[in-house]
Amino acid sequence: MGIKPVLTKDFATENLDQLKVYEQAGGYAGFKKALEMQPDELVEMVKKSGLRGRGGAGFPTGNKWSFLPKGVYPRYLVCNADESEPGCFKDRYLIEKSPHQVLEGILIASYAIGCNLAFIYIRGEYLPQHDALERAIDEAREGGYLGKNVLGKGYDIDVILHRGAGAYICGEETALLTSLEGYRGEPRLKPPFPAIKGLYGKPTIMNNVETVCNLPHIVNNGADWFAAMGTATGKGTRVWCMSGHVNRPGNYELENGTPIRELVEEHGGGVWKNRKLKAFQPGGASMMVLLPEHLDVALDFDAIQKAGSLAGAGAMVVMDETTCMVDAARRYVKFFQHESCGKCTPCREGTFWMANLFDRFEAGDAKPGDVDLLLDIGYSIDGRSFCPLGDASTWFPRSVIKYFRNEFEEHISEKGCPFKKTVQEAVA
Amino acid sequence: MPLAKPTVEHIKGLAARYPSKQSAIIPALWAVQHEQGYVTKDAMGEIAQHLALPPSLIEATASFYSMFLTRPEGRHDVVICVNAPCMLRGADEMAAYLERALGVRDGQTTTDGAITWHSTIECLGACGGAPMMQVDHQFEENLDPERIDAIVERLRTTRAPHGGPPKKAEAVAPVKGEKVRSGAEGARPRAKRTQT
Repeated sequence: MGIKPVLTKDFATENLDQLKVYEQAGGYAGFKKALEMQPDELVEMVKKSGLRGRGGAGFPTGNKWSFLPKGVYPRYLVCNADESEPGCFKDRYLIEKSPHQVLEGILIASYAIGCNLAFIYIRGEYLPQHDALERAIDEAREGGYLGKNVLGKGYDIDVILHRGAGAYICGEETALLTSLEGYRGEPRLKPPFPAIKGLYGKPTIMNNVETVCNLPHIVNNGADWFAAMGTATGKGTRVWCMSGHVNRPGNYELENGTPIRELVEEHGGGVWKNRKLKAFQPGGASMMVLLPEHLDVALDFDAIQKAGSLAGAGAMVVMDETTCMVDAARRYVKFFQHESCGKCTPCREGTFWMANLFDRFEAGDAKPGDVDLLLDIGYSIDGRSFCPLGDASTWFPRSVIKYFRNEFEEHISEKGCPFKKTVQEAVA
Repeated sequence: MPLAKPTVEHIKGLAARYPSKQSAIIPALWAVQHEQGYVTKDAMGEIAQHLALPPSLIEATASFYSMFLTRPEGRHDVVICVNAPCMLRGADEMAAYLERALGVRDGQTTTDGAITWHSTIECLGACGGAPMMQVDHQFEENLDPERIDAIVERLRTTRAPHGGPPKKAEAVAPVKGEKVRSGAEGARPRAKRTQT
């Protein structure tokens, strides 16, 4: 347990974003090895490794690959680099430091599923990272890793880098596909799942940046090596993005199963300004808040779920005792309201009314009964919206009401935010 | 203003790159914005013509994505994040400081046409370096008043980051004799605001 650099092990190497440096560090050995194998063997290997998707849902990657219908071509691989979850900045880091590692992962996945054209959908805001990937693609093409008959093995593969233009919803897989097809980024009904009918109506696999970055290491070191790391159901490592009130925010790659306490207190240097921990939020904006009593929970999909939250996309937002939980929830609700695509009513209208109510609390206009009204709106969205964006918009505020209902009451009785003064002093 | 020849060639090339030419819409909009600074209805009409698609389709797509600008802005684009992870590290105070330093409100352009700024609730993916902002899409992290001053100073005297023609933004008079509101317009309620 603890710090275990696998994806990030060479990140201290200078100019790792250059092909030559990446090759010297052992880069593309995994792809070369993969080309010596049968695609089916690769799928089995990834299944055996226990790798689960790092984008949020934690679906087993090998199983996802094997859902592709046999004999239907062309099929596509889409690498989801639309990282937009508030609190997450790992994909940006992985791309910036080692774009070739991302590319090598994509090439291995493409070969394994029998695809000849892969896409990277990167969010519009990540322009420097887009440029880094573009350079990497050009270098890899010149180096013979991309194009027709790569490395003389009779396999054709090309990668198209596609830049989004500012829409959180496009991180949702079906909305991403719609956006990639040139439309407004609205989600589609599932089923049919993308593996059956995805991009341009063809079978499509979508994997997150961090997920594909694991593939070269699995191919190089074997499934057993990978499966030896982590917990029974959460193999390998994860890059955790720590932010908020800690002394050393940043990305930390830890073996799955490491206690949250170690991440926050040891690697993050504890809560800043010698303050007490009030709450933290694993997974990103969507995920439920946890309390100091949950610090000994393991960083693992299932353990965090058991504790009442979700590991999501691997964020860790730490909040100290001066934090106004109502304001924190308000920011997230405003975010979801802003990012709701407007396709379905529960999400479009629900996030709007939740945001209005939160503004009322902040402005001191909230009335007794408004907390229950918030919960009521939450229930009307969760499970009734078209895609997970609507559901997720309610999870954090509802968990905050569960643990910090008194703060909402104080906003009502004091006609405004009781934390305002302390927060201002804090930043002064 | 008709699109420049290289942009037109680029757009035509994009259509051939994808299995479906419709996928070229977003990259084409980027190309137009790169050249002209923003996307006009005429330019969308031109995209439609070059891709042989109905103009309504281009407009439907363009209007969905928040990064496509529909009116001219300053030479430089400054976006400061005020979502929760940034808020925890003092983003509201930095946004208010930036507003005072520039003398114009959230979403407006400085009188010299140099900088358009706005706060955003959409996380920009640099929570580990909060408070942060993006300046012409480059990340500026761990902001403090001195850093903001230095960045503003640099932007006032430098050209637009891309090679396009200088944009003519409509200048807005600076806020005078009025208490400057916090920059976190996207996140702060309008009513009963007393904090500066």
